[in-house]
Amino acid sequence: MAIRVFLTLLLFLSSAILSFSLYEDQAGLTDWHQRYIGKVKHAVFHTQKTGRKRVIVSTEENVVASLDLRHGEIFWRHVLGTKDAIDGVGIALGKYVITLSSEGSALRAWNLPDGQMVWETSLHTAQHSKSLLSVPINLKVDKDYPIIVFGGGYLHAVSAIDGEVLWKKDFTAEGFEVQRVLQPPGSSIIYVLGFINSSEAVVYQIDSKIGEVVAQKSMVFPGGFSGEISSVSSDKVVVLDSTRSILVTIGFIDGGISFQKTPISDLVEDSGKAEILSALLSNMLAVKVNKRTLFVKVGGEGKLEVVDSLSDETAMSDSLPVADDQEAFASVHHEGSKIHLMVKLVNELDNVLLKETIQMDQHRGRVHKVFMNNYIRTDRSNGFRALIVMEDHSLLLLQQGAIVWSREEGLASVTDVTTAELPLGKDGVSVAKVEHTLFEWLKGHVLKLKGSLLLASPEDVVAIQELRVKSSGKNKLTRDHNGFRKLILALTRPGKLFALHTGDGRIVWSMLLKSPSNSQACERPNGISLYQWQVPHHHAMDENPSVLVVGKCGSDSSAPGVLSFVDVYTGKEISSSDIGHSVVQVMPLPFTDSTEQRLHLIADTVGHVHLYPKTSEALSIFQREFQNVYWYTVEADDGIIRGHVMKGSCSGETADEYCFTTRELWTVVFPSESEKIISTLTRKPNEVVHTQAKVNADQDLLYKYVSRNLLFVATVSPKGAGEIGSVTPEESSLVVYLIDTITGRILHRLSHQGCQGPVHAVFSENWVVYHYFNLRAHKYEVTVVEIYDQSRAENKNVWKLILGKHNLTAPITSYSRPEVFTKSQSYFFAQSVKTIAVTSTAKGITSKQLLIGTIGDQILALDKRFVDPRRTLNPSQAEKEEGIIPLTDTLPIIPQAYVTHSHKVEGLRGIVTAPSKLESTTHVFAYGVDLFYTRLAPSKTYDSLTDDFSYALLLITIVALVAAIYITWVLSEKKELSEKWR
Amino acid sequence: MAPILRSTSLVALIVCQISLIFLFASTLPISSGSESEDSYTITGRVRIPASTVIGHAAKFSNIKVILNGGQHVTFLRPDGYFTFHKVPAGTHLIEVYAMGYFFSPVRVDVSARHRGKVQATLTETRRSLTELVLEPLRAEQYYEMREPFSVMSILKSPMGLMVGFMVVVVFLMPKLMENIDPEEMKSAQEQMRSQGVPSLTSLLPASR
Repeated sequence: MAIRVFLTLLLFLSSAILSFSLYEDQAGLTDWHQRYIGKVKHAVFHTQKTGRKRVIVSTEENVVASLDLRHGEIFWRHVLGTKDAIDGVGIALGKYVITLSSEGSALRAWNLPDGQMVWETSLHTAQHSKSLLSVPINLKVDKDYPIIVFGGGYLHAVSAIDGEVLWKKDFTAEGFEVQRVLQPPGSSIIYVLGFINSSEAVVYQIDSKIGEVVAQKSMVFPGGFSGEISSVSSDKVVVLDSTRSILVTIGFIDGGISFQKTPISDLVEDSGKAEILSALLSNMLAVKVNKRTLFVKVGGEGKLEVVDSLSDETAMSDSLPVADDQEAFASVHHEGSKIHLMVKLVNELDNVLLKETIQMDQHRGRVHKVFMNNYIRTDRSNGFRALIVMEDHSLLLLQQGAIVWSREEGLASVTDVTTAELPLGKDGVSVAKVEHTLFEWLKGHVLKLKGSLLLASPEDVVAIQELRVKSSGKNKLTRDHNGFRKLILALTRPGKLFALHTGDGRIVWSMLLKSPSNSQACERPNGISLYQWQVPHHHAMDENPSVLVVGKCGSDSSAPGVLSFVDVYTGKEISSSDIGHSVVQVMPLPFTDSTEQRLHLIADTVGHVHLYPKTSEALSIFQREFQNVYWYTVEADDGIIRGHVMKGSCSGETADEYCFTTRELWTVVFPSESEKIISTLTRKPNEVVHTQAKVNADQDLLYKYVSRNLLFVATVSPKGAGEIGSVTPEESSLVVYLIDTITGRILHRLSHQGCQGPVHAVFSENWVVYHYFNLRAHKYEVTVVEIYDQSRAENKNVWKLILGKHNLTAPITSYSRPEVFTKSQSYFFAQSVKTIAVTSTAKGITSKQLLIGTIGDQILALDKRFVDPRRTLNPSQAEKEEGIIPLTDTLPIIPQAYVTHSHKVEGLRGIVTAPSKLESTTHVFAYGVDLFYTRLAPSKTYDSLTDDFSYALLLITIVALVAAIYITWVLSEKKELSEKWR
Repeated sequence: MAPILRSTSLVALIVCQISLIFLFASTLPISSGSESEDSYTITGRVRIPASTVIGHAAKFSNIKVILNGGQHVTFLRPDGYFTFHKVPAGTHLIEVYAMGYFFSPVRVDVSARHRGKVQATLTETRRSLTELVLEPLRAEQYYEMREPFSVMSILKSPMGLMVGFMVVVVFLMPKLMENIDPEEMKSAQEQMRSQGVPSLTSLLPASR
């Protein structure tokens, strides 16, 4: 009975067109949004006396941003395109931020206070080369302030006022690469130093007015240069030769050019490969040799002399002019858990202007970059602040011996996400005293009622918001009944694991991956992926859940992997191991051992698979299922998909009993001249399907073909693999396949003529929805393919079911040829898409919503019923009752259905959904440069009262009813009495 | 709720279209020039009619113009102009993203024969543009509007219905009772008394 009521309720709910929608005052109640910028590459301070103090940064996520120097907040920021990497940033005229991007071909100016783009200039480039941006401070040419830009073989002078190209110099013929642009003060001549084929140093003297070469000097250096360079004065640079053992001082005084070689071994006894640390220090050079930092003074005639050395690893800033024609620089080095910040005068290294020691979190790693800025204190002495970039990409401002602010910029480069439960609350602790008295409780609800009836004043609205946040208790660190409070575990590119609370997005704990062996080759592994290792629920209840972090040493595919097991509750690393083989693919198996540790197979580059955990119990479980373990690999470049089966144990010296060889079972080869794999996708392994059958409007049954071993593959003609606009409709076609990964059988093939990628797809239950570009209509299209099981279609007859003549209990095997049929339908979609995900709930009963990450970095929730292949132009009454929407050629974009409402998840890369314990609700976490979290109820919260539910109204109604009963009772008594008197 | 929603967006659409008509009086030429042999420049302009939506200030600094689904991303200059450089001849797609507005994607044909002449068509409405001036199709409101307080909304709520039903029972039932013939009433009452109140246990045969 209860089920029937529930189902009717569900039907009733699903029959109305639902969309996720939010009132403005509900924003921020269940969702949070965090803004990041990424790892800082360049920083320019803007700390004039008037106005707000700010620092302009450019980052590895192609972000240019202006940060508040006092609090670290973002004043403004712009995320450039993915191929628009920023090469340089500077401030011109004191009011424009200049950025050079796209290998020196795009120069933009942004208004410093508000970030409005002022001008944009495309510079001509002819070849790939290092690019260089130079914003001379006091170079003035006829009321104009030129910016010198080198990139792609051309040197440009661009007006800072309007971005006009003043002159252009072609260096493509010689293959000249500019290293430095130097400008002696008080002259319009600029010195352009560069290398030709990194073996010939050339200095051009160019008249900055007209761009004509006044003088040119070149000199061949037979050994060749390594490319590392440090400027020491306006007419001298020091470079490192290609063997990294000789320092070469290049002087170019008065049109001449001179080399002076100094072998490193002359400077220090234990010579080795040297590295230049400093980019710009006056009359000084910092060189790293054998993990030691040497400070080398450059004398007047290019003579080098070691003046100081530091034993530890050091990060250096550029030198900065301070008072009395002196220059200072900052250096930061580690000592245990502390870092030392030192500011010294370049000319007198003994004169330490500032020495500060700051306690630093071990999980931030080493200091990567230091940017220094000075200010005048009230007593007219110099004060210094330093912006440091740590190994975990975090950005910190140090001032007066303390960390003024810090930003966890590692979260801008999330690579993998999973969710985890919070610890259970202890009895008596979790019950918080939220409502104190009945009066306050009532007052709160009256306020809420006022809010929902639009009678609230602005002060009331504020009070309501406060009340809501307080009463929800959403920020507690314990598990709640509905499963709304969870941990989001995010692995970032620098190898740091963060646990974020779903309530407010704060960092509960963070952990930087360490190399287990502390070897020289792999100091810090990169994070690749994240798996649920141990989720205790039946056995081993007293154990904490843990996750497996797979990391890699180095960037190439054959680099050895690192496994790390992390306790979810505490954030402590339980153990880590250097596994000694590469990691190509990690496959969680559907088996767990007695302590609920999930078995994982890791495939390496040589075709072996390794079983984890390495215990005899795991091995015996695996041996039992040995014949039933299949896996596949996709070689996208060659257009081959291979299926593999286990063969036997590895042989060889290094092999252990947990290593297995595999045999190739099947291959699917796509013709390379006509098809190129652009996308592959499988179902989420932990997805729950509630019902296997679907009831039609005419009481007909359709059985879903629900298989975990289906692979969706999209291929496109090689010509159409490029960008939109590079191909005509006749040249490109898109083909999608559904392949069984056990047998390699192609279950379905669908071809779209005149279409091309990129393909973004989502696979859930028995359907795939994918987004691609239709070149004929010149619009994006979305197609849905649903796959149904024909072999079980005969089971509709009730008598068959009663008499047991059905095949429902027959085992499903991939070996038998499945009789499937598919239904599909296509619709137009008006936006480019970055990623698509689907909501997932605990039992899979709630209807699904597609979460479409649009190119505008918003997330649109689209009901699955809009992409139902049974939609027709004129649905019958029965079909309408079932909830089938009349067919339209375009999928609707309802603004209220944006789950991100007025936020943007800049640089959106992925959307992760996870079920909560409450069936109606799902967690949604989106990551990119920004992070966004919200809770969604795709069919509204039918199984719980909403936050809006007005208890006060209920109470008032009950009171009114009781009063009415009493009054009517009194009235009837009176009437009765008067009747009796009559 | 849905019909209300739709009507508001329709109104916004009409408002937009009215503003479109006005905008067409002030035309701007498409400036397109060849840069080199095979790459051209597309220049256009984004115009947001003032005062279409309350609350969303049209800030040019947060608007992105995207070519071919992310191949190039550019920003607007203070006067609303944008430029894509080094675009090869062919058919391209330009999308404008501004919070609070919906722009139709624009199909842009860059002709190789006519030295980079640009032809633009809105893909949503299939309207061709004489010059590349892009306006929002409609304003987008991301939040549901709260309906103002009304007596009807209270009456329509489940509580209101409950109260209403109670009122009906309290005031109309006696009226109905009055209309029943007194003798009939009496006999019915006696019948009830003789049978007793029908209880669940009496309905179940097993309990006897």
